[in-house]
Amino acid sequence: MGVEAREARQPWILLSPALVAITLLLFVPLGFILVYSFWLRTATGADVAGFHLDNWAEALTDRFYRDILLNTLKIAAITTVVCAVAGYPAAYFIARSNRNKGFLLLLLMLPFWVSYIIRTMSWINILGVSGALNSLLLWMGLIDEPLAMLYNEATVILGLVHFLMPFMILNVFVSVDGIDQNLESAANSLGATRVQTFISVTLPLSLPGLAAGGLLCFVLAAGTYITPLVLGGPRDAMFANLVFEAIITQLNWPLGSALSLMLLAVLGALVLVYNHFLGMAQLMKGMG
Amino acid sequence: MDSTKRYERLRERYLNGDLDRRVFLGLIGAAGLAYGVRTPFVREARAAASEVRFDGWGGVVSEAFREYAFDPYTEKTGVKVVDGTFGGGDEYLSRVKASQPGGYNIAHLSGVFDYARYAGLGLASELNEDNIPNLKYVIPKLVDVFRPITGGKISCVPYDYGTTGLAFNRKHISEDEMKEKGAKILLDETYKGKIAGWSDWRTRIWYASLQTGQDPNNATDMDAIWEAIRTHRDLSLKYWTSGAELMSLLAEEEIYVTEGWSGRIYALQEQGHDIGYMDPPNGFGWQECLFVLKGSPMPECEELLNFMLAPETSIAVAEGQNYPPALDPQKVDLGKKIPTLPAFDPTGTLAGLTFADPEYWNGHEAEWSKEFGRIQKGY
Repeated sequence: MGVEAREARQPWILLSPALVAITLLLFVPLGFILVYSFWLRTATGADVAGFHLDNWAEALTDRFYRDILLNTLKIAAITTVVCAVAGYPAAYFIARSNRNKGFLLLLLMLPFWVSYIIRTMSWINILGVSGALNSLLLWMGLIDEPLAMLYNEATVILGLVHFLMPFMILNVFVSVDGIDQNLESAANSLGATRVQTFISVTLPLSLPGLAAGGLLCFVLAAGTYITPLVLGGPRDAMFANLVFEAIITQLNWPLGSALSLMLLAVLGALVLVYNHFLGMAQLMKGMG
Repeated sequence: MDSTKRYERLRERYLNGDLDRRVFLGLIGAAGLAYGVRTPFVREARAAASEVRFDGWGGVVSEAFREYAFDPYTEKTGVKVVDGTFGGGDEYLSRVKASQPGGYNIAHLSGVFDYARYAGLGLASELNEDNIPNLKYVIPKLVDVFRPITGGKISCVPYDYGTTGLAFNRKHISEDEMKEKGAKILLDETYKGKIAGWSDWRTRIWYASLQTGQDPNNATDMDAIWEAIRTHRDLSLKYWTSGAELMSLLAEEEIYVTEGWSGRIYALQEQGHDIGYMDPPNGFGWQECLFVLKGSPMPECEELLNFMLAPETSIAVAEGQNYPPALDPQKVDLGKKIPTLPAFDPTGTLAGLTFADPEYWNGHEAEWSKEFGRIQKGY
């Protein structure tokens, strides 16, 4: 075997464990889900194999699913915007901190040491009727009765922002940290104010990181299930909750499969759009 | 012939020149592969006999099972009980459906309708009642109700019973008001934002039946029921999804009134919370059983069930989880605490409780669970 042929094979040999894992753990299960989506659920809960389009017809034409999907995308979009607006200054500050960068990054990673569910539930102790915030407001005499702050769409978004903010900050940080500061100095020396420098130099150069963080936040928010369950009110369900209900509560695996593939298709399309305009390289940098 | 002997014969044939090197190595490789593939499953199969998987409702209920039944059982027999939890029979059924036979063994199922549903899906085992002599202490009515579903045999033993009644904060709602309004208190505008309910579709329909003056086991006006569920939804702060969440919402005074599980409310009262409990007329009564799934190691499961039905174990668990045991008070002295538990029936006839009709509820399960899912989300 020639050297060139051997070199050509090497990447595939090195990639093969990952490819096997992805095939077995992602593509094969996805194949099963796809097949399941064409089956039917009987009244007793048993599944009937076959090629039926009923589940897809229901998932694609029923207004109920469309509305919940749109609401899910709306909540994900709001969460992403809040993460971007609140996360950018923090990421910028960390990137420009010369002495405390390591410590600040460590602080940023701290939430990952605590379970996502515990972090979500912690809001009950903060915003609840007898929670920390109400207790403080009562103690200060600012209110006479505890405020009802929990179990609505705002608390769902709050929980999601709490969960996703580090992802946004990390992505923006990587982008800002990689900007040559001489460019900013050059803009200043040419007469630009600090604000003008930021708008004309720093922000455009950090946009790929912002977009990568935005994509991550959006996709993770749109696929969430726990947050609306713990912090949402009776009506605050997201699309993943529908998948859960179809599969777990109603034992309707075929419909649940169709719904999960529908969500996957919508979010996958978003990733493809991102990849077309910005490429996946920036996303990898942010995640790495 | 053992594997070593096989290998020696093969090697001899190879050395004698009866096999070429390629065939010899091929056979050795195939034997290695077969051993490698087989070994994990053999280990699993062997391990199954030394342990039993049990799934229940979590929280104080699981704690009581662990402390008073599983640990003493393991100490006595050496058979380990691996206990897991679930949020409801639907969720557990989905897990069982996704597993191999034998992966799950015993479940603490609620209601006869769950038993019928599991049996209908071919998940019922057949218990050898001779191996469970303590079954004689159980209220006969609780056992007999299962027999017609599984052809005269049983796949479970009844273990406890209770009610899903109305739980209310006494600081904000009086006993008199509760008696006057009954199930309709959950539709009272006065308590908007301080009402909650279980996210279980059966419970919602049961209470909506009471609120609309219908028989919960034979409602005729479903439109009225869905409308009552919508009204309740719009007045509710939250649908709770577990006993722990129910207790937290009441204890933290996030809500003043909800329907709740009798044992969990008793646990709150024991903790010192001023929470009242009332079963409205035709309140939701249920019994729980220990259901053995098909494919389980039957002798070990039957031994565990018999151990759990022993009066000393059953009473200790009942006192721990705050639900009356399935033991017949006419046959067994249940001590001092159990007669004080909500829903307890000293006669052992359970004539005062209304149970869900399995045929009625399972017959509408697919349609109603889906419809409730939509209404729950604002439709």
